[in-house]
Amino acid sequence: MSDRIFGVVGILLAIAFALSALAIEESFLSDAVGPKAFPLIIAAVLGLSSAAIALRPDPEPQWPALGRLVEVGAAVVVMILYAELLPVAGFVIATAFAATYLAWRLGSGLLGSIATGVGTSLGIYVIFHLVLGLSLARGPLGF
Amino acid sequence: MDILASLGDGFGIALTWQNLALALLGCFLGTIMGALPGLGPSNGVAILIPLAFTMGLGATPSLILLTSVYYGAMYGGRISSILLNIPGDEPAMMTCLDGHPMAKKGLAGEALSLSGVASFVGAFIATWGLILLAPQLVKIALLFGPAEYFALFALAFMTLGGVSSTNQAKSAFAAALGLGLATIGVDTQTGVPRFTFGEVHLYDGLDFLVAIVGLFALSEVFIFLENRHGGNADGSKLKIGKLYPPMSMLKACTPTMLRTSVLGFVAGVLPGAGASLGSFISYSMEKRLVDKEKTFGTGDPRGVAAPEAGNNAAAGGALVPMLALGVPGSGTTAVLLAVLLSLNITPGPLLFSQNPDVVWGLIAALFIANFMLLAMNIPMVGLFTRILMVPSRVLMPIVAMVSFVGIYGISGSSFDLLVMIGFGVMGWVLRKLDVPLVPIILGTLLGNSMENNLRRAVTIDNGNWWTLFDSPLSLGLWAIAIVGFVLPLFFGRKVKASMHERRDEEGSISD
Repeated sequence: MSDRIFGVVGILLAIAFALSALAIEESFLSDAVGPKAFPLIIAAVLGLSSAAIALRPDPEPQWPALGRLVEVGAAVVVMILYAELLPVAGFVIATAFAATYLAWRLGSGLLGSIATGVGTSLGIYVIFHLVLGLSLARGPLGF
Repeated sequence: MDILASLGDGFGIALTWQNLALALLGCFLGTIMGALPGLGPSNGVAILIPLAFTMGLGATPSLILLTSVYYGAMYGGRISSILLNIPGDEPAMMTCLDGHPMAKKGLAGEALSLSGVASFVGAFIATWGLILLAPQLVKIALLFGPAEYFALFALAFMTLGGVSSTNQAKSAFAAALGLGLATIGVDTQTGVPRFTFGEVHLYDGLDFLVAIVGLFALSEVFIFLENRHGGNADGSKLKIGKLYPPMSMLKACTPTMLRTSVLGFVAGVLPGAGASLGSFISYSMEKRLVDKEKTFGTGDPRGVAAPEAGNNAAAGGALVPMLALGVPGSGTTAVLLAVLLSLNITPGPLLFSQNPDVVWGLIAALFIANFMLLAMNIPMVGLFTRILMVPSRVLMPIVAMVSFVGIYGISGSSFDLLVMIGFGVMGWVLRKLDVPLVPIILGTLLGNSMENNLRRAVTIDNGNWWTLFDSPLSLGLWAIAIVGFVLPLFFGRKVKASMHERRDEEGSISD
């Protein structure tokens, strides 16, 4: 079933891709092929392979239970927050929180998670910023 | 012998303190990454790319660092295969078959050192193969026009699916997806924006480094979160014992190592194969050839030597098409191609004439790295076994954060981080659905030059599309491409089924 859904999604993607390829505005100066042809070929391959996947599905993959899906979803949310808050909170604080969260969800105890998080954050800060001179996001506190 | 002269120049370039230090660092990090389950050569190299850039390294030093990581990961994968029966990365899965039984018999030290020697032999022979074969391939490639290049790219995509997936349709889907992603951005020939939907950040196109780190490194973090494998390996089994193999064992394995090195190299050169296939066919062939008493699978030293020589040789072999044609045949070489492209170096025949310092410096560095790895992997193997004890609940947050730092360090924009998370989620879903990730990467890397070659070829011939099938050379390439796509439909299932039988749960991305 997963493969059938996947195939249908792929076909829809191919159609959307082809439609937006047709909508590309051509400039008055163009080569013999133009900017539309290659994307249209790609859309055809994408559509055909999706159709093949939908028609001849593989055995069902093992999907995780709902709880695990929520777990992955929550990690994604934390990462998005991290990406957005990085320039606001500064590198060291944001990274310490994100790494602590991940370590906690992977099964560390409370103290272990905090140690991992703070250690990761400070370790990266020292190696990448102080030693290698990489510019990291600066927060209000200057680090 | 101008090859030897060039190689001499290469050593002149590689033998600076900075390059030696980078090679040493790369070998060390690579062995660790290979040994740790969950980090393999392709995602290991991927998270280190930003580091190489932010250190402001030039082309040759960055390549030296990253190929040392690549070679090192091939060495390191065997450690956890032998001691824990968990492949540290996919190419090392065949080493479990005889390596772990040897360790159970109390011969862990012998198995580790023997496989270290086998890795060395494989990589050493393959590096010579690279020196001899790549310049020949360059001579052929110089005859290629745009139409032939287009056919060559098509060949790479069509043959890649043969091994990397159990389903040809899914690898075709992956390739098309990657090529489609590459078309995002301003069209290089006419200057019109395509698929940007008004988002200014997309005008430059998607940065393929963002895609690579997201697909390879972040998706691994999600897999671990999903399974909540936060623990570490059971340490009680890690008894190593003697660290040097007896001469008689080495002698018995020498023919095996030599044969499988050659075989692995050939497997590596073939498009779409890579190191996993190299170790698989090496093991299978040796089993057929010398396993008279049916001792393979019960701790036969030859069964340890064969896949290790094979996968290291294939790693070297896979560099040949990447350097000479600009078309990588495996996941990790695709990542290395990304490095070259980001440094504004276009691999291919011109690389050998325009940047001989890069090519020969790299090759010399491979020799040096190989000796370093031999030295590191036999006497110091105990150190790496201790690193295996790092639990993944500590390791995975570090991997995730280093990925973020690297990408942020390159672009300094939160937008790229969001795109990377998107790729991470996509990689996770696609891996669940058994869609190979390597064609996606290859597509995003090669998409632009594939399209440019297509348009150039057709434009040169005044809009005649048949020009793509005009010359005998391009017809030959198309023929190979079609055979490479169709053949696995009939034979592939059996080979792949037996090859993927032993794939571990957290399956590091296939190389």
